Amino acid sequence: MSIEIRDIGKRFGDFVALDGINLTIPTGELVALLGPSGCGKTTLLRIIAGMESADTGQVLFAGEEATHLHVRERQVGFVFQHYALFRHMTVFENVAFGLRVKPRRERPAEAEIRRRVMELLGLVQLDWLADRYPTQLSGGQRQRIALARALAVEPKVLLLDEPFGALDTQVRKELRRWLRRLHDEVHISSVFVTHDQEEALEVADRVVVMNRGRIEQIGTPDEVYSNPASPFVYRFLGDVNVFHSRLQGVWAEIGRPPSGGAAAASAGSGGAAAEGGIAAPVATDDDAALAFVRPHDIDIVRAPQAGALQATIQDVHAIGPSVRVELAHESELIEVELTRERAEILALRKGEQVWLSPRQVRVFAVPSGGEEFVSGSGI
Amino acid sequence: MKPRHSALAEPPIVRIALTTLALLFLAFFLGLPLLSVFAEAFAAGVPAYLRALADPEARSAVILTVIVALGVLPLNIVFGVAAAWVIAKFEFRGKAALITLIDLPFAVSPVVAGLVFVLIFGAQGLFGPWLMAHDIKIIFALPGIVLATLFVTFPFIARELIPLMQAQGREEEEAAISLGASGWQMLWRVTLPNIKWGLLYGVILANARAMGEFGAVSVVSGHIRGETNTLPLHVEILYNEYNQVGAFAAASVLAMLALVTLLAKTAVEWRMRRETAMLSAELSPERVPAPASGRTAGATHPSAERP
Repeated sequence: MSIEIRDIGKRFGDFVALDGINLTIPTGELVALLGPSGCGKTTLLRIIAGMESADTGQVLFAGEEATHLHVRERQVGFVFQHYALFRHMTVFENVAFGLRVKPRRERPAEAEIRRRVMELLGLVQLDWLADRYPTQLSGGQRQRIALARALAVEPKVLLLDEPFGALDTQVRKELRRWLRRLHDEVHISSVFVTHDQEEALEVADRVVVMNRGRIEQIGTPDEVYSNPASPFVYRFLGDVNVFHSRLQGVWAEIGRPPSGGAAAASAGSGGAAAEGGIAAPVATDDDAALAFVRPHDIDIVRAPQAGALQATIQDVHAIGPSVRVELAHESELIEVELTRERAEILALRKGEQVWLSPRQVRVFAVPSGGEEFVSGSGI
Repeated sequence: MKPRHSALAEPPIVRIALTTLALLFLAFFLGLPLLSVFAEAFAAGVPAYLRALADPEARSAVILTVIVALGVLPLNIVFGVAAAWVIAKFEFRGKAALITLIDLPFAVSPVVAGLVFVLIFGAQGLFGPWLMAHDIKIIFALPGIVLATLFVTFPFIARELIPLMQAQGREEEEAAISLGASGWQMLWRVTLPNIKWGLLYGVILANARAMGEFGAVSVVSGHIRGETNTLPLHVEILYNEYNQVGAFAAASVLAMLALVTLLAKTAVEWRMRRETAMLSAELSPERVPAPASGRTAGATHPSAERP
């Protein structure tokens, strides 16, 4: 069943939780609502579920008005961050709950309930835990039971609120792969909320990036990562080096494709990619612009070359599969991520002078008074 | 020099002295009175004790006390659960005022509480003439006693349930509703099972108070022998008439009630502690069985996280 959200707005007192949200979720897709805490993603999910009511706007299920439907009538399965399993019931009874509370004439017979529940427990690979109580399960097992319970009533839509938020890293990684496989099996329209960009990018068909009650970008994981629509998305999805206007002069001095720079400067807040390997966005007189370069989009070279920026190595850390190099250019700190192989070839040492050659740069013009962009850039 | 067991423990002599002091205090102020109640009750022998209890007035006092408790507790359970549920699970204007109001019976002297009902329902009270005209008796009758008892015992159940329900949150109830349960189904299958021990605890305390209440009931009952005398009032009357054996025999019934209450309370507390321990038990960091592909995870995206 497709979900359509039209111009949804919600306030809590003076706080605007959601501001004119428009979103369409096609049938069978797994969509991630991604954003920092307080961005409104959970509120949006609860509005879709009917647990919260919107101040303005509409929710449509399969093209039909559902804004005022009660949670009970929406046929949504909801999975909570802290599982919300019924603590006084066994795993079996938890999963059977949705079937047992059906009106008498719709309620399946006891044998049928037993069959369905065991089938679902098989689906989440936990049929051997049927007689346990929730407190006797690990976090990952509880969340899978919660999922089985939600699926028992054959919902048209599955909504998951930070489903892996309370689990530790290893379990989280395995569970999200498992969720992806499960979704490919049952193929039910699903929306899950997360603040973990890696989780959203790995699991979802499409990612909706939210910030301050608004949608910043909607796109496939690849689109939002490699083609962020706004400085916020750039910063939120992975690390990024941000070069302020005053630094742009330096970039311009070294590499100078003036046309790309002009395009960038006139691009407005939407931003425009400065095409061509070595981008040197010349902001000319419009100095309020930011250039974004991902740490792994910068190469370190030993010899000066066109468009490269001279810098001094401050520190070199090996972090897991990659090597992070911190460099100083004048007073600015730049972070570069290299593969281990590349780092071994370069054999970088503290205090060395090297040149930085960016592979991909993106420039966003800052709207006047755009304090949001200027603050906390990390560079 | 002898090493101490722990840097934080007091020297043994201090510990022994403090413990002895506490035990002596308990024996003197709790144990001794309790013993003396039974000693006085049986002072004239077991047959006299049984005769005193078999007295029609004593029997009717016991029966009335039980009736009052049976009338008060169901109402208190309904009001207490409803009030606690609303306070614990919803945000609304005037919530603080409602909590204060629930505590009012604890703050007000029971005598004042009794007087309030006399002022409202008494012959000279607000509704007095109307009640008289319709021949309804509230003050100096059973309804008045039930009302006064209801008032003084109201906070016990709500007070016990509010923190419990707050700790449990709304998620399980939301889950039940999203699975298609009706409001009643949610109440019977999720809300009540989750609070049953806390509720029982509150009921035990409220019951003890309902059966033992003196002040408020004394004001509204009118002390009509064999009719509106509850057990505590009966004790007072007999005592004032120098009927030592009768007074203490009745008092011994109340004392036994207290002992039963304590036992029940301890049993429920023990159950509750076990349940809370189960709920707050740390999750073992158990791994999900590895997926069929068996690949161990490395970051799939080379995105370094920076807070």
